[in-house]
Amino acid sequence: MSSETQKILTTDGIPLEESLKKAERKNKIKAFLLVSPLLLYLLITYIFPIGDMFLRSIDDKMVTKMLPKTFIAMEKWDGNELPEEEVFEAFYLDYKILVKEKTFGKLATQLNYEKNGFKSILKKLARKQKKFTEGNYKEQIMKVHKRWANVDYWRAIKRRAPNYTYSKYLKGVDMYEDENGKIVQVEESRRVHKKLWMRTLEIAFFVTVFCFLMAYPIAHLLATLPMKYSNLLMICVLLPFWTSLLVRTASWMILLQQQGIVNDFFVWIGLVADENRPEMMYNKTGTYVAMTQILLPFMVLPLYSVMKTISPSLMRAGKSLGGTPFVAFWKIYFPLTIPGIGAGCLLVFILAIGYYITPALVGGASGTLISNQIAYHMKSTLDWSFASAMGLMLLLGVLAIYWVYNKLVGIDNIKLG
Amino acid sequence: MALPKYTETHYRIWHYFYLLICTAVFIFLIAPLFVIFPLSFNAEEFLVFSDGMKRLDPDAFSLRWYHDMVYGTKNPWGLAAKNSFIIAIFATLGSVLLGTVAALGLSSRHMPYKALIMAILISPMIVPLIISGVAIFFFIAKVGLAGTHLGIILSHIILGTPFVVITVTATLSGFDHSVTRAASSLGSDPVNTFMKITLPLILPGVISGGLFAFVTSFDEVVVVLFLAGLENTTIPIQMWTGLREQLSPTILAVATCLIVLSVLILVTAELLRRRSERLRGINS
Repeated sequence: MSSETQKILTTDGIPLEESLKKAERKNKIKAFLLVSPLLLYLLITYIFPIGDMFLRSIDDKMVTKMLPKTFIAMEKWDGNELPEEEVFEAFYLDYKILVKEKTFGKLATQLNYEKNGFKSILKKLARKQKKFTEGNYKEQIMKVHKRWANVDYWRAIKRRAPNYTYSKYLKGVDMYEDENGKIVQVEESRRVHKKLWMRTLEIAFFVTVFCFLMAYPIAHLLATLPMKYSNLLMICVLLPFWTSLLVRTASWMILLQQQGIVNDFFVWIGLVADENRPEMMYNKTGTYVAMTQILLPFMVLPLYSVMKTISPSLMRAGKSLGGTPFVAFWKIYFPLTIPGIGAGCLLVFILAIGYYITPALVGGASGTLISNQIAYHMKSTLDWSFASAMGLMLLLGVLAIYWVYNKLVGIDNIKLG
Repeated sequence: MALPKYTETHYRIWHYFYLLICTAVFIFLIAPLFVIFPLSFNAEEFLVFSDGMKRLDPDAFSLRWYHDMVYGTKNPWGLAAKNSFIIAIFATLGSVLLGTVAALGLSSRHMPYKALIMAILISPMIVPLIISGVAIFFFIAKVGLAGTHLGIILSHIILGTPFVVITVTATLSGFDHSVTRAASSLGSDPVNTFMKITLPLILPGVISGGLFAFVTSFDEVVVVLFLAGLENTTIPIQMWTGLREQLSPTILAVATCLIVLSVLILVTAELLRRRSERLRGINS
């Protein structure tokens, strides 16, 4: 457009282009204002707290704040041999305040995480330090317990000097930083978390596979049956979907108990003898069975909604062109259902990987998952920073799955319900 | 699904095998719910079918556990039910209000950063519940609302809104915006247009989103486990404790009531879905 061309004006004399832009901006602001209450609410109550979890998981200010003088004195200490008198003196002065404020128990708990055996010697020191005389604190402290003369304990204290730490993340995968600052695995008998991660992945994977194998035929049946029958059968899928999770778990607990109906049935058909009914609950079997049934609707619904859109004439065309029903199914029908399979598997896998209630009730010791561990640390040990670290590791895994899924299938292809 | 007459034998066999598998899966899905029903009328304390029940002897059945559920002193089911309903109703109202308004904004084609904002709004649904539970607990504890109804309601609003956002945006996707423009051109102000035109049209979506939010709150146990004190015990919490300690028949009576409730919700949701499909003209 040449510059001489007259701009189109609105009746107010403003160029149309400008007027349009203004209106668009107004609409944008309007739309944003409508979204903003919920967005703000979620940011404050949900997104920021997840960030807070991260800060908590790396936060290590507690010990730093409790022993300020000690850490200043320790700055010059190289950590090879026992520290000098000034470190001992600073530690004594810091500790005296903690004893007076009755907060030394917290320090004991924290240092005990770092190295076992701190609790008792700190308690003893709390009792004895009242009688300390001025000067030569090194000797006096070392006299309280022989561990105070062990350089490892002083190194352990020094390791807690920084304000931030990634030790909780290492602990989550059964590793720790040893005295020389090297990252090593904990001894084999104490590697609990790695086992839990593997088990969580394994259970989530197999539950997804079972759900897929069971959901595919019934979703196909639901999609091909005439409406009046399929509506009726759909209730079988939707009723469990809407029923309380705890109710469904309770019913599995009744079914799977040793005197329960499933065992009765096995005895009746002669599969097992009455005396040695197998234990089907409080182990992995219970977790598998209950979780598969509970998550099955989440696989059926996306599959169904995709299959519903596939025209039956496609299969007929395939068969009329000479394909056997199996070939027609495999070459035509199956590829068309892949978006549904992807959505269903993603949904079930993600739900399974973070499952808590059902494994806790029917899983026993061998059927619990990583989320049970998180809940345990939240409620029982109160090691919230460790629970946060594990939660974030799980979240990272889930986000990675979404990312991979988005690359492979495309997140927009998800169809729900 | 009758097979045509010309079907070969091995396909016929395969077909019946397929139907057999489907039947088995349907039984697997639905049967567990039906076990609870008769056992909750058991006259005895054991959670197995007594010989009397197998013979359909009327003496083997009783309403004993329902009586215990309502009048029993050991289990505070009454308090739990009251709390559950109060929390779920307010959480639903909050979710519906925030979620519907946000969905209106999201459906506007002028909305900037739509994908990112949508991702944030539905994140409580896609993040594993245990992580949401930990994060929400930190927030609620920080503002000093742990152990209060308000704290639980606020946290259930977080978990409920994604469902409302999704169902309402889905309803709005088939919405004809010319009707609201027509209303404006006839001199109606935006609020009036929303109340008289938009809301009645999207109501099925709003209500079914609300139902999802209600069920989510009513059934939620992970977050409540972190937050609830003794006074704000809910039905799921009571069931959780009951199932952990000892499976009592009273729990089955409660479970039966919950199944009846879910049947009611299912029927409502289905009716709404059909109505909304009819309105959107997707009728089959």
